[in-house]
Amino acid sequence: MPEGLRVGYFPGCTLKTDARDFESSALAVAGALGIEVAELGRWNCCGTVYSLDAVNLMPRLASVHNLIRAEEEGFSEIMTLCSMCYNTLKRTNNLFTSKNNGLAAINDFLCLKPGYSGRVKIYHFLEFLREKIKPEQVKDLVVRPLDSLAVAPYYGCLLLRPKEMAIDDPEKPEILTPFLSALGAKVIDFPLNNECCGAYQTAMHPEAVARRACRIISSAQSEGADMIAVSCPLCHYNLSALQGMVRSTHPGLKAMPIVYFTEIMAQAMELDYKTEVEAIPRDAEPGREAVK
Amino acid sequence: MTRLGVFICHCGKNIARTVNIEALREKVSTLPDVVLAKDYLYLCSKPGQTMIADDIREHRLDGALVAACSPRLHGKTFAQTAQRAGLNPYLLDMANIREHCSWVHIDGAEGTEKAFSIIKGSLGRLRYAEPLEPFQSPVTKRVLVIGGGVAGIQAALDIANSGHEVYLVEKSPSLGGHMAQLGETFPTLDCSSCILTPRMVEVSQNEYVHLFSYAEATRVEGNIGQFQVTVRLRPRYVDETLCTGCGDCVPTCPVVVPNEFDQGLGARKAVYLPFPQAVPAVYTIDWDACLNTDKLIICENCYKSCEARAINFLMEPREITFEVGAIILSTGYELMPVAHIGEYGGDGYEDVIDGLQFERMLSASGPTGGVVRRPSDGRIPQNVVFVQCAGSRDPEHGVPYCSKVCCMYTAKQALLYKHAVPDGQAYVFYIDIRAAGKGHEEFVQKVMSEERILYLRGKVSKIFKSGDKIVVWGADTLSGRQVEIEADLVVLAMAVIPSSGSQKLARTLHIASDLGGFFSEAHPKLGPLESNTDGIFLAGAAQFAKDITDTVSQATGAAGKALSLLANDFIRLEPTVSGVEEGLCRGCGLCASICPFGAVTMSPSEKTGAMVAGINPVLCKGCGLCAAGCLSGAITLKGSSFRQIFAQLEEMV
Repeated sequence: MPEGLRVGYFPGCTLKTDARDFESSALAVAGALGIEVAELGRWNCCGTVYSLDAVNLMPRLASVHNLIRAEEEGFSEIMTLCSMCYNTLKRTNNLFTSKNNGLAAINDFLCLKPGYSGRVKIYHFLEFLREKIKPEQVKDLVVRPLDSLAVAPYYGCLLLRPKEMAIDDPEKPEILTPFLSALGAKVIDFPLNNECCGAYQTAMHPEAVARRACRIISSAQSEGADMIAVSCPLCHYNLSALQGMVRSTHPGLKAMPIVYFTEIMAQAMELDYKTEVEAIPRDAEPGREAVK
Repeated sequence: MTRLGVFICHCGKNIARTVNIEALREKVSTLPDVVLAKDYLYLCSKPGQTMIADDIREHRLDGALVAACSPRLHGKTFAQTAQRAGLNPYLLDMANIREHCSWVHIDGAEGTEKAFSIIKGSLGRLRYAEPLEPFQSPVTKRVLVIGGGVAGIQAALDIANSGHEVYLVEKSPSLGGHMAQLGETFPTLDCSSCILTPRMVEVSQNEYVHLFSYAEATRVEGNIGQFQVTVRLRPRYVDETLCTGCGDCVPTCPVVVPNEFDQGLGARKAVYLPFPQAVPAVYTIDWDACLNTDKLIICENCYKSCEARAINFLMEPREITFEVGAIILSTGYELMPVAHIGEYGGDGYEDVIDGLQFERMLSASGPTGGVVRRPSDGRIPQNVVFVQCAGSRDPEHGVPYCSKVCCMYTAKQALLYKHAVPDGQAYVFYIDIRAAGKGHEEFVQKVMSEERILYLRGKVSKIFKSGDKIVVWGADTLSGRQVEIEADLVVLAMAVIPSSGSQKLARTLHIASDLGGFFSEAHPKLGPLESNTDGIFLAGAAQFAKDITDTVSQATGAAGKALSLLANDFIRLEPTVSGVEEGLCRGCGLCASICPFGAVTMSPSEKTGAMVAGINPVLCKGCGLCAAGCLSGAITLKGSSFRQIFAQLEEMV
């Protein structure tokens, strides 16, 4: 096990509520890979994705509090699972490290002494895996290879945009490919893998989101995917929970299992983690019946 | 100097409005050594100049100061006035009390005070001015043209037809450039190669033209009037003097590679003629593709099939050197690679092509014989989407500028597609239609109204493959709707960018290029044909994206500029250049590293043998960087010595 592979963990609200499968599977995978994941002792809402307006500091303040706590607790690197938390914390942090330094303004506003230094590095778990773990390490842990499974990685927007935040090429993301390949899965590249899932419109205009979900799912299906692997709780919700609505308007659309990438990793490694979903069915027909 | 005259100009009301001329004149007349202070309504007028000349003579002035506009405007005018009056023109200086003073002040008292301060300073500077004489440099009456597209061909012909020798250097195996690839030209639908190839033949047969194809200018030294040029001739492995152009070698060649003349749509052999009308009509072996290497001959098929014995695998690169008086750069353009735009598939889809590829498809000599076919399966496309501004006007993709030709060629391509496939549907996405040439707007209107081509005002956000269709997502900003089109073929009007290698050439020639990488013109309005280095002129898309008409106009203009230089046996050069006081120079070489024009060289002193700096006055632009940088104070910029500058400052503060 590599020495000192320890990272602070910022969970965010969804990971403790709707996306517990994501958290438990990710922690199990991290543990198996020898990564010590230490949840921050105290954290609050990330601040959630704010507008691209460069002037207003208010939306950043929640993030800053989290970054300060991370620094106080001695973490130089923290990691998130939720794409939204990643995007929010990273963009706030960039404000401190970019040339038009927002550090002084925010520290003054919060009357902080000493203020936040801007030195905490924000990772998404996927980015952390790419930089610190070799796909062979994942391969070594695989007990049940996913040889018969065609998995389409879906990235959505928040890991890739704005492009300063991107953990991969925003137009041709491939960061998941080596890890899914290491599990033995056939990786399906489909053109809509970086399209917006509809995001918060799900609250106001679920039918609009359902239309998007339909496009995304059928695109992956037409490329031969058995399931879609996601890294964002909101993408997960929009693509899976709205599938019923989609299928009522598009009866031809076949059910498509939507799983967190960590779930299939954990199950390929046969790790014991708390879940309500069997992402990889144990019967011969992979994927088909997995969705709730 | 003891007899100074000051002439103050009203410039109509331009200066007089905020400067009290009478009060200024009185105050100036009390300054030491000023024997004469006069004012006049317009000093640049003939009577104004006559007055100055008369006063210089009559009052035996040994220095004159004209307080008026910027010397950039009338410096030469008054220098000639001084010359006529028998005063060395470098003993007449100008004080700028217009741009630097009256135009930027509202308050009369402030303006008058500042004008006085400027004049006082200028007099301080003038006091230490020294007479200078211009010098001459001979002109070699030959021209080098780099780039053998339509711009280079036109420039070379214009020069050759005046009876001057031209060296025309082209990087690829044939003349012709991109114009040779085009199907028909807008807005007249002339056959592009039909109008170009006679010119290619003419230039190759002109006795005054030395044509070097498959060659590059690798070194250029010297300066205006005398450039020493080294050209490297790449080996063709086919003897130009023996090759008859029969083409017997081609069928025997086992190597097939993409044909760059067809923009990769077709194939060619390793031994090839780029296109049937190529000039020179000589075959070339693409050594990178050929099975043979410098060490090992594996295949001799072409050698065996050549009756003329023209194939020579042992051919080596050659270098030739010559001297010219002027250089014309016509290195042209390229299209931004489709791979640069990830959201349009990043070159991942066969049926998403660029504008030049579509030109090849439309060309009767192209890979499909002029029939529009999809590259993927050869079917005739029923729905074709043309995307303008693919990369252009898009700072995100590094090209903020408009590529200027795409609106027109897209309209033409859509029209030609409709003529070829009358029941097909063409869509054009555009931001604005920019059709500002003669007959251009009429052409676009005709295409829009008569050809039932659907013009959609908006950008395309994403292009991707779905089954055997290419899906185009875009916005129609006129209806406010999002548009989705299932196309068979997509043609991207990719941004026009400078040809690869132009940056290297800019470094070889010490000329500037702009942010887009195009060669910079000397002045955007008044010097569009000249580079910022004297004697180097610009023609065609190397300076900026332009169509054939504008390219030919600029090429002829550049040729004219070169010829007016060649009309002189000597050129007269300004003496306001740097000079080295050898005794003070310690040979550190800092000045040589600072000089942006390569005018400073280090060499042993004739007197002492120690390394000292020497300045080539022809190359020196008089910027003064070397003088400012010199740690020993050994360098002086003539006409702006430290003594002059310090005297000016002392008088002003």
